[in-house]
Amino acid sequence: MKLTERFKEGKFVITCEVGPPKGIEVEKVIDELEPLRSKIDAFNVTDLQSSVLRVGSMATCRLLKEKDFEPIMQLTCRDRNRLSLQSDVLSAAVLGIENLLCLTGDHPQLGDHPEAMPVFDLDSVQLLSAVKGLMNGKDMAGNDLEGQPPQFAIGATVNPGADLLEPQIIKMEKKIEAGAEFFQTQAVYEVDKFANFCKKVKHLKAPVMAGIVLLKSPGMAKFMNANVAGVHVPDAIINELAGAGKEKRVEKSLEISARLIKELKDSCQGIHIMALGWERHVAAVLEMAGL
Amino acid sequence: MLFTKDKPLEEILESLGEEKKIFLLACNGCAEVCETGGEQGLLTMKAELEKAGKTLTGQLNVDFLCNKVLVATRLNREMEKIEAADSILVLTCGIGVQVVSKVINKVVHPSANTVSVGGLQGLWASDERCQACGDCALDFTGGICPITFCAKSLLNGACGGTQEGKCEVDSEKDCGWQLIYERLEKIGRLENLKKFHKARDHSKMFPSKDLRETSFYDIEK
Repeated sequence: MKLTERFKEGKFVITCEVGPPKGIEVEKVIDELEPLRSKIDAFNVTDLQSSVLRVGSMATCRLLKEKDFEPIMQLTCRDRNRLSLQSDVLSAAVLGIENLLCLTGDHPQLGDHPEAMPVFDLDSVQLLSAVKGLMNGKDMAGNDLEGQPPQFAIGATVNPGADLLEPQIIKMEKKIEAGAEFFQTQAVYEVDKFANFCKKVKHLKAPVMAGIVLLKSPGMAKFMNANVAGVHVPDAIINELAGAGKEKRVEKSLEISARLIKELKDSCQGIHIMALGWERHVAAVLEMAGL
Repeated sequence: MLFTKDKPLEEILESLGEEKKIFLLACNGCAEVCETGGEQGLLTMKAELEKAGKTLTGQLNVDFLCNKVLVATRLNREMEKIEAADSILVLTCGIGVQVVSKVINKVVHPSANTVSVGGLQGLWASDERCQACGDCALDFTGGICPITFCAKSLLNGACGGTQEGKCEVDSEKDCGWQLIYERLEKIGRLENLKKFHKARDHSKMFPSKDLRETSFYDIEK
């Protein structure tokens, strides 16, 4: 089912990120999702997240589909030129994948193959436009597709915590113009800043899903503050987590995430949980958040 | 101005391999400024080769090894010494090496890596600044090139990796799109950011047939 259908139903939509493994044992990753079956609307499968070599998004999406989970295939511009990207979009449709999330992608230098050639033949806006074109039966060169064109719900990303909000919003508008129908955001910890962002983009009428990253430790929070663009975990949250002590840390972390979700819920149309290995805790967080 | 850096001596000796008799050729142009060529570069290399048991059949400095006609004329006078050598070791940039290999039927070895096409004296052919993409976007970006200033050469604005105005690839490098944003704000042209740029036509990067066929362009002609 297309994620856009869920938004149309007026549902508060919940998605969860799935990182394919570095190796071929995908089953393990998929089995972990079983407790989330009834709680999550769709699972985002990352496309070589952080530019680290892993199993591909498309194959994992298909396996999820076979187990009756709804996948969202993430598609980045880092590794493929326009021929390959368009071909993968068509292939995804053939495999029954109905949701795409189009991103620029991290630079290869950030990952485990820093020597790799960065492709970026397209950027995220151009990729969205290309997907939209295929949905209208035309490839980027203007050639007609044979038969029924593919149909997708197309998502994109936006960073509400970016230092400069204005260019973020301009790019978001361009993404909508190009075909984006919903947005997932980078991790959010500052509720007021996020609410302010949502107010500013309300006129765009595109559903926004707030990103939730489960904080595993105060160290992780500090690392994100130093290294992840547009993410700022306030000191109050870091201290709260540190104050809980090691044995109660998981509990406290889940409590913090659940509280954030409750506080963010009214400003947005859904949440996107990035558990980063803590998928087993997601069900508890949602329950604590009343979802 | 082409910027060059010496290859490691081990690499040079490895590429010379069993060749014992070497003709040494150095450029007095950019390579002299970079200290990879010139009189000094030639003398240093000569000493190294002799230390490694090589014999020099001759040596020559030429002002601009990129100037094909000049190179052909100068090498012609040294033909006996060149013929006596197993190969030529060329102390210059990638262009100079290609020119030498074109004008003389001899094995040539580069002694340097060309790291940038650089710029000097009004001539700025640097692909760090301009990749000659054939579809200039400077008009829309306040004169700051998104192809070369953005690590991903994005055309429609910054990626999600900009942090405190710096690039995700190098925290000491400015984010090109942040520079563009600041510049456009300064000149009152922020609306330029709203323009949707179509995907690049990479075929525009190839020089046209007319240009390719001129002797200014083509080393082979």
